[in-house]
Amino acid sequence: MPGKLKVKIVAGRHLPVMDRASDLTDAFVEVKFGNTTFKTDVCLKSLNPQWNSEWFKFEVDDEDLQDEPLQITVLDHDTYSANDAIGKVYIDIDPLLYSEAATVISGWFPIYDTIHGIRGEINVVVKVDLFNDLNRFRQSSCGVKFFCTTSIPKCYRAVIIHGFVEELVVNEDPEYQWIDRIRTPRASNEARQRLISLMSGELQRKIGLKVLEMRGNAVVGYLQCFDLEGESGLVVRAIGTACTLDKLSSPAAFLPACNSPSKEMKEIPFNEDPNPNTHSSGPSTPLKNQTYSFSPSKSYSRQSSSSDTDLSLTPKTGMGSGSAGKEGGPFKALLRQQTQSALEQREFPFFTLTAFPPGFLVHVGGVVSARSVKLLDRIHNPDEPETRDAWWAEIRQEIKSHAKALGCHAVVGYSESTSICEEVCILSASGTAAVLNPRFLQDGTVEGCLEQRLEENLPAGCGFCHIPYDELNMPFPAHLTHCYNCRKQKVPDVLFTTIDLPVDATVIGKGCLIQARLCRLKKKAQAEANATAISNLLPFMEYEVHTQLMNKLKLKGMNALFGLRIQISVGENMLMGLASATGVYLAALPTPGGIQIAGKTPNDGSYEQHISHMQKKINDTIAKNKELYEINPPEMSEEIIGSPIPEPRQRSRLLRSQSESSDEVAELDLSHGKKDAFVLEIDDTDAMEDVHSLLTDVPPPSGFYSCNTEIMPGINNWTSEIQMFTSVRVIRLSSLNLTNQALNKNFNDLCENLLKSLYFKLRSMIPCCLCHVNFTVSLPEDELIQVTVTAVAITFDKNQALQTAKTHAEKSLQRASTDNEELLQFPLELCSDSLPSHPFPPAKGWSKHLESASSNSGIPAAQRAVTVEKASPVGEGNFRNRSSPPCANSTVGVVKMTPLSFIPGAKITKYLGIINMFFIRETTSLREEGGVSGFLHAFIAEVFAMVRAHVAALGGNAVVSYIMKQCVFMENPNKNQAQCLINVSGDAVVFVRESELEVVSTQQPTANCQPACAGGEVTT
Amino acid sequence: MTSELDIFVGNTTLIDEDVYRLWLDGYSVSDAVALRVRSGILEQTGATAAVLQSDTMDHYRTFHMLERLLHAPPKLLHQLIFQIPPSRQALLIERYYAFDEAFVREVLGKKLSKGTKKDLDDISTKTGITLKSCRRQFDNFKRVFKVVEEMRGSLVDNIQQHFLLSDRLARDYAAIVFFANNRFETGKKKLQYLSFGDFAFCAELMIQNWTLGAVGEAPTDPDSQVDDMDMDLDKEFLQDLKELKVLVADKDLLDLHKSLVCTALRGKLGVFSEMEANFKNLSRGLVNVAAKLTHTKDVRDLFVDLVEKFIEPCRSDHWPLNDVRLFLNQYSASVHSLDGFRHQALWDRYMGTLRGCLLRLYHD
Repeated sequence: MPGKLKVKIVAGRHLPVMDRASDLTDAFVEVKFGNTTFKTDVCLKSLNPQWNSEWFKFEVDDEDLQDEPLQITVLDHDTYSANDAIGKVYIDIDPLLYSEAATVISGWFPIYDTIHGIRGEINVVVKVDLFNDLNRFRQSSCGVKFFCTTSIPKCYRAVIIHGFVEELVVNEDPEYQWIDRIRTPRASNEARQRLISLMSGELQRKIGLKVLEMRGNAVVGYLQCFDLEGESGLVVRAIGTACTLDKLSSPAAFLPACNSPSKEMKEIPFNEDPNPNTHSSGPSTPLKNQTYSFSPSKSYSRQSSSSDTDLSLTPKTGMGSGSAGKEGGPFKALLRQQTQSALEQREFPFFTLTAFPPGFLVHVGGVVSARSVKLLDRIHNPDEPETRDAWWAEIRQEIKSHAKALGCHAVVGYSESTSICEEVCILSASGTAAVLNPRFLQDGTVEGCLEQRLEENLPAGCGFCHIPYDELNMPFPAHLTHCYNCRKQKVPDVLFTTIDLPVDATVIGKGCLIQARLCRLKKKAQAEANATAISNLLPFMEYEVHTQLMNKLKLKGMNALFGLRIQISVGENMLMGLASATGVYLAALPTPGGIQIAGKTPNDGSYEQHISHMQKKINDTIAKNKELYEINPPEMSEEIIGSPIPEPRQRSRLLRSQSESSDEVAELDLSHGKKDAFVLEIDDTDAMEDVHSLLTDVPPPSGFYSCNTEIMPGINNWTSEIQMFTSVRVIRLSSLNLTNQALNKNFNDLCENLLKSLYFKLRSMIPCCLCHVNFTVSLPEDELIQVTVTAVAITFDKNQALQTAKTHAEKSLQRASTDNEELLQFPLELCSDSLPSHPFPPAKGWSKHLESASSNSGIPAAQRAVTVEKASPVGEGNFRNRSSPPCANSTVGVVKMTPLSFIPGAKITKYLGIINMFFIRETTSLREEGGVSGFLHAFIAEVFAMVRAHVAALGGNAVVSYIMKQCVFMENPNKNQAQCLINVSGDAVVFVRESELEVVSTQQPTANCQPACAGGEVTT
Repeated sequence: MTSELDIFVGNTTLIDEDVYRLWLDGYSVSDAVALRVRSGILEQTGATAAVLQSDTMDHYRTFHMLERLLHAPPKLLHQLIFQIPPSRQALLIERYYAFDEAFVREVLGKKLSKGTKKDLDDISTKTGITLKSCRRQFDNFKRVFKVVEEMRGSLVDNIQQHFLLSDRLARDYAAIVFFANNRFETGKKKLQYLSFGDFAFCAELMIQNWTLGAVGEAPTDPDSQVDDMDMDLDKEFLQDLKELKVLVADKDLLDLHKSLVCTALRGKLGVFSEMEANFKNLSRGLVNVAAKLTHTKDVRDLFVDLVEKFIEPCRSDHWPLNDVRLFLNQYSASVHSLDGFRHQALWDRYMGTLRGCLLRLYHD
């Protein structure tokens, strides 16, 4: 029996009135885990019941601990009729299963009902006692840490980055089961919520097992998604990067011997033991059997791309030697060989990370992407359970071959997505081909001298721009120049990537959000015909999106895109493409030329005039943008500065593939081969529209910047105010005479207006930057377009805003090196600071944090003593309690949410576990709830509230790397009904303000002088 | 292209003070947008009317959702749905419970019932305050009244505790509740010159001195729902006030009282002769008001009587305020020298408050 789950129901508050006669409620609680249920007493006639229950104890397998959510149901007791459910709380107990995460879940949780929303709150305490598992063939993977963050989490160090892990589980969607016809919407929603919760638990456990197999201890950049395939089922899939992380624990400076990474790693509660015990197959519940029972026997695939051709493009020998400098050459080859050997063992050398430890990323090749159109089919075939797996494997294989074609062995910033409409599904994957430093990829054998040489050889700030492929044997025509930074190696003229801007990159000026937006009508069709139509449209869409991006980039006077994300969504009668990226000017890359317009009919005088007018407008815009984004690169003697005539033969690094890859090559050559990408030919009204739309993008109002990467290139003096938000818009297109142009204009206006609204709403935060702006488009119905945006606005200090990028890079390097020292203070901080903003009674907060501090075996006794002394309310700890923000007296602790991996002006001291929540909300009284806007507004506010409550209950005060992965909204205004599904995730953390850290660091020396002040442990 | 759905939800709930004001003032979204356009916000920010429309809608929706919580402000503090900094929470509550002077003068002292609510249409027309805003203000009065009605202890404290209002606003509400409970007439034409502040001032003095809570006589049995200590006037006290009648009924006493006051004030009062001539009338007026307070009907007319019996006569003789003060001080103090009068404490309790009220009410 490997684990004991203990639950205590303390109290409820703000319960709804369930008995109209007395205006009161007779509430009781059912606590369910697996198949065991406990009940509290009925608390008669109270809207604020105090149950103070005993500890309900569940003895369970750790496998179940990982899979099952704890389900708490609040009911109204009724003597004569059935008890009415008030609502439910699902608690994911996973964070309690890691040694370094939360130790207790305790706090007020909103009671949620899928029909009524939040109805009061309930106070719950949950604990888990884990026993050592002696089973070698265990099915659980407790102890593997999961992070949504797509970089190495702030208080950890990556020892080894093992690589790609993926898994998917399939089930029938309860909404489409026969029983759904006879059960209530509530029952159906709850069945769905519960099933998805179970499936994500199972998925996480399975990924954990893979990580353990790879000898890792964590998954970073964990991205889990749902595919609601309707009739054909429900797919939950996840990808991530397996790592061995080492906690940067505090006592290193005091007692380095105590802190060996290996020791830390062994703290995982289940050490392997060579004892082939039971459990091997594990008693599988009926549900688990179901999970694999689904598989469409017949899958329609338009995937005809041949990996072989792609692979043959790969230059097999002498790679890099052409472009490498004298010293760099042999070394680079060596490096490459090692990387190759390290990566070749892997099926997919993919990394979901977008930011990397210094030195990890050697070269970047460019964006690689693959899409394929599939037909979903309901037929179950147990013999072929891996259809979905096979689909993804195909796509990944393609990505891999594209990367090889670019002379790269790895793909970083990798992500996968789907778009489903009826029975057609577009699977997409994209990433950035890259060459990596082998040092992080295998056990620390090759460290040492290699590491040193590497640092000597890599020029700071431009190394990653140097081409990884062979100059003489390029996979596509490209224009190369010598690096503008080191002047030794070759660089491309533009660089597209899906990753964040590397911290050491030298950037001139500021960056900005660049979007390409596109709609294409398609005929309504069924099944194969539909899939074919979509497949045929895809290459054109990709091409146009790409051209738009390129033109807009030029218009901004910039030469590189980071964080590129191209989303293609499929609807009944149209396809939508939305690409977002952050444009920057990389100092290492050449100055981009302008854009030239050429008319097709040169004889017409007024036409000529019009063209020259347009040309002037474009040139003005470029000049204005250069000023706006402060792009003033140093003058280069051999470069013709400001020449409006572009250099010939432009090609970007975007390598694409569609289902029809064989055709694709021809198509691309046709369009790109002879034509100049810089020259826009206005040969018809379409082209005219395109040019107009280029110029209609308005820059953000002054004081505002925006980007879709983690941080804005060129701004580094963030202040602490942050505001995360989600905005949703749905527009209805007038069905009359829809044309591609009208569609494009509507879509463009929708996005632009949305951005304008955001700028207006957040005007009080100026100067500020919208970071991690994440747009998602979906086509929920005919003629409906839904755009969802989640981003965070961060204020910055304008006075220091003009610091050069150089100092920024230095600063970040410094920061990295001082990380270790600064981290020393974390345990101290934890104890004294989390107090004021804590929603718990202080006593509980103390003991909890002290527990966690002292249970950390790495902390020597002396340090622990200091910890306790600091924490004591009479000591200096009080000092900071007083200076804490005014919200200290509020009963609800503030929980920050951000899509970024960090919190400006603060240090993350602890990761408490992953938050992964799925909610369904339905209404049959849409008008009464304020229409669709009122309904969704309330629901999103409720989702935020539930995320915050879970984080607070874990003892955290923020969610980082927050993402709303899904927001599926369906309405039926005629029936007065609407339904919405939302899936969010993030990492719950504890953070401490840097200003407060400084207080400690000044106090530190004194504190260290009193090592004998023991007795601290007693207070725990 | 029509916008079907358009929302913005922040982790920290965005509150725009200007829009909140417009919402509280009961403007519709389109009116609010028009007013915002007129304020020049479009020029300042470079936004479009559509952006303003969407922004206003968003805020209105948020306020609408918050309104349920504002009805019980402690809920706003404990709820988890909207993350709002404490200073903003306080602002939301304070502004929500703020009221218009013009409105409160119309309903002050009226029964907070459905009947009055029906008259809100007229009040709205008369005051120019939107009906929506009138309803909110009226419902606020009624809600506070209902909550504190049955409570014991200090009225102001109860209001503050249950509605988290500022001290100033809580005092105002105490006055409103007190007036509504005792149904003091404030709407008569002769009372029109009085402001809400004047009445609130009197209410506070009366709560402090004339209620059961004022004398600290908590009922011995804690379960007894005898009286609302701060809301109802001390019945025993009102009964006792009849005893004061002797001051005007006993001719000797009245003469003695007059001579004491006149001696003390001779040469100090600009309107001495008028005072001397009017003394008996004024004294009769003040004492009779006291003696009548046993009847609920007369309690309601307290302010009408005070104005008719004291303020108007003085005003018609053009008494300066300072003379009124000197007279009232001397008038109350001299009673202590009347040997035949045995109800000194009662007199002080009555006159102390009345003097304060009269001085406040004595203006144009």
